[in-house]
Amino acid sequence: MAFQHTHLLGIEDLTREDILTVLETADSFLEVSSREVKKVPVLRGKTIVNLFMEPSTRTRSSFELASKRLSADIINFSKQTSAVVKGESLRDTIENLESMQTDAIIIRHEASGSPHYIASFCRSHVINAGDGTHEHPTQALLDAFTIRQKKKRLEGLKVVIVGDCVNSRVAKSNILCLTRLGARVTLAGPPAFVPEQLKSLGADIEYNLDKALESADVVMMLRIQMERMQKNCFPSLREYAQLFSLTPQRMNRAKKRAILMHPGPINKGIELTSEMASSDRSVILKQVENGVAVRMAILYLLLGGKEREITA
Amino acid sequence: MRLLLKNGRVIDPVSGRDETLDLLIEKGKIVECKPQIKTTDARVMDVSRKVVLPGLIDMHVHLREPGQEYKETIQSGGTAAARGGFTAVACMPNTKPVNDRRDVTEFIRTEARRHSPVHVFPIAAITLNLEGENLTDMAELKKAGAVAFSDDGHSVVDSQVMRRAMEYARMNDLLLIDHCEDPNLTASGVMHEGAVSYAIGLRGIPSAGEEVIVARDITLAGHFNARLHIAHLSTAGSADMVRAAKKQGIAITAEVTPHHVLLSDNHLRGYDTNYKMSPPLRGESDIKALIKAVQDGTIDVFVTDHAPHSPDDKEMEFDYAPFGIIGLESAVPLLLDRFVHSGLISLQRFAEMLSSNPARILGLEGKGRIEPGADADLTVLNLSKKHTIDVSAFASKGRNCPFNGWTVLGQPEITIVGGRVVYEAV
Repeated sequence: MAFQHTHLLGIEDLTREDILTVLETADSFLEVSSREVKKVPVLRGKTIVNLFMEPSTRTRSSFELASKRLSADIINFSKQTSAVVKGESLRDTIENLESMQTDAIIIRHEASGSPHYIASFCRSHVINAGDGTHEHPTQALLDAFTIRQKKKRLEGLKVVIVGDCVNSRVAKSNILCLTRLGARVTLAGPPAFVPEQLKSLGADIEYNLDKALESADVVMMLRIQMERMQKNCFPSLREYAQLFSLTPQRMNRAKKRAILMHPGPINKGIELTSEMASSDRSVILKQVENGVAVRMAILYLLLGGKEREITA
Repeated sequence: MRLLLKNGRVIDPVSGRDETLDLLIEKGKIVECKPQIKTTDARVMDVSRKVVLPGLIDMHVHLREPGQEYKETIQSGGTAAARGGFTAVACMPNTKPVNDRRDVTEFIRTEARRHSPVHVFPIAAITLNLEGENLTDMAELKKAGAVAFSDDGHSVVDSQVMRRAMEYARMNDLLLIDHCEDPNLTASGVMHEGAVSYAIGLRGIPSAGEEVIVARDITLAGHFNARLHIAHLSTAGSADMVRAAKKQGIAITAEVTPHHVLLSDNHLRGYDTNYKMSPPLRGESDIKALIKAVQDGTIDVFVTDHAPHSPDDKEMEFDYAPFGIIGLESAVPLLLDRFVHSGLISLQRFAEMLSSNPARILGLEGKGRIEPGADADLTVLNLSKKHTIDVSAFASKGRNCPFNGWTVLGQPEITIVGGRVVYEAV
């Protein structure tokens, strides 16, 4: 199984076979995190930059742990503590970091297309850790990994994604990833969040959440992104919660063994009740746990680790 | 010194003339226009197998001077115009300071006389500092040399301010050039809103953002009898409304840029900031509608909306890069290749849209036609010259041109302004 990519910019560049390669590689890394010594030497001597221009808890620590468990050296870089606040351009920032011989740059940026932009001139492998409202490929991969772990398959599953789909890079990447693996994706939310044109990505649209949930295998709730939202996308949080919050009653419309996912952070009481988040349907923390293995797989596949070293 | 152009295929869009003739030029005017002119004391230029058009006029450019001379100057922009086959340009008022008062208008004209090889006609602002609140001293600005008024870059959002501008423009017989954009609808958008913008995660600028203002201003122009020119029309819906308004007898004209008829929002997929401009590149169906509107006369003029930026300005994340692309040195070859050679429009129509129509709309006397007594502003084209667009060879300071590397058939070869040869291709 070959993974012929220099960068991971988005699911849009990956074939079904590429995605399966990542998931299978992640399978073999899952065990590493359960060892007493959670480390393999496959990326020893590699230097990775974790460049986070937007706040993050999960993705950033997950990439950091993934790098460390592969024995790479990682430096963390955030906007607030860098010369970016002095007005240094992204290109200059990257070129300066690269002159210190980096091997990979993991980038989270509020502007869509920023990873593509830096990939156009830099020498390192570029990994998109979330760009604006475009893609968050490693999140989709870990979501696919988690669904496959719980459901044993993706083919033919009905996945419902609820909330601010248009501004959600998680939703975009998941639509592409899950449909490529044979799942059907239905989007639900008010029209400002779920415009008709999203159908062109290969998803169905259902504005009535109760209908959308019927016979669902997977329910993925999205956060209301206050930081990206324009006014009047819906009248009030109160009304939004009435129409689109996932309650235990609503969840009963889905299949009996349906699982509940959320990329985090959760606005409890808005898209999700607390009891739902901690219910036995919820695989939210499993997603986080699997994230490390999936990111180890991505780093390993891109930075050219050698197969035999995994078990070393 | 007199100048004699020999054996050119002379096209005059006003009279419909299209024949092989000689043109004799003296003291900045065309003095004779007939076959086989015999004269001894004139510089003779053989233009056989070339096309001679009345000087091309780009009625929508940004020259950035005063204020942003690192992006472009009247000299560099004027030189770019001459090389691109234009003998005149009209420049938009969004300079720093804004051209909203007499001294700025006069400064532009003085600089142009000193440093620009082509005519530069200033367009003044409709409202002070382009803020959409208080009208500029339009009568005085007209006297100082402003050929039209526009808040280009912004709409006059307040309908009452626009109504007053129209009434006052009518009294003074002024042309208003209308940038149509409802800022509440376009908000922080950076590209055309549609399937592509949703897929690539860039905030959209809906077609409706342009169309609601086109509709409003056609309504106002109908009620208050103003002469209105729609700037850089970009959507199928806008074209339909202009067509209908013309049928009703409203004094409306419209322009389109080469990029809006040649490129679609699909080009944004690579996040190349050279494709970022306002209005944005629209969908394929808009392109079809715009081409039809060019062919049926709904759209009167081709303009470049030449908007130079320094390479550093455009070298950044897509969301943060400024809007605008340059066009002075690519428009004529592109339109010859993709519109004339491809058979979409005739050479007559090309000359009409790039010369006689802008001259008539702006009220430029003596321009836009070839006949004895007309200004000796002439553009000579070589229709069979194939070449590749190369931004690094541009006279403009801007390099923000997405057509770099396109191979095109046809190019401007000689540009003559006021009887003087200001550009000659080597």
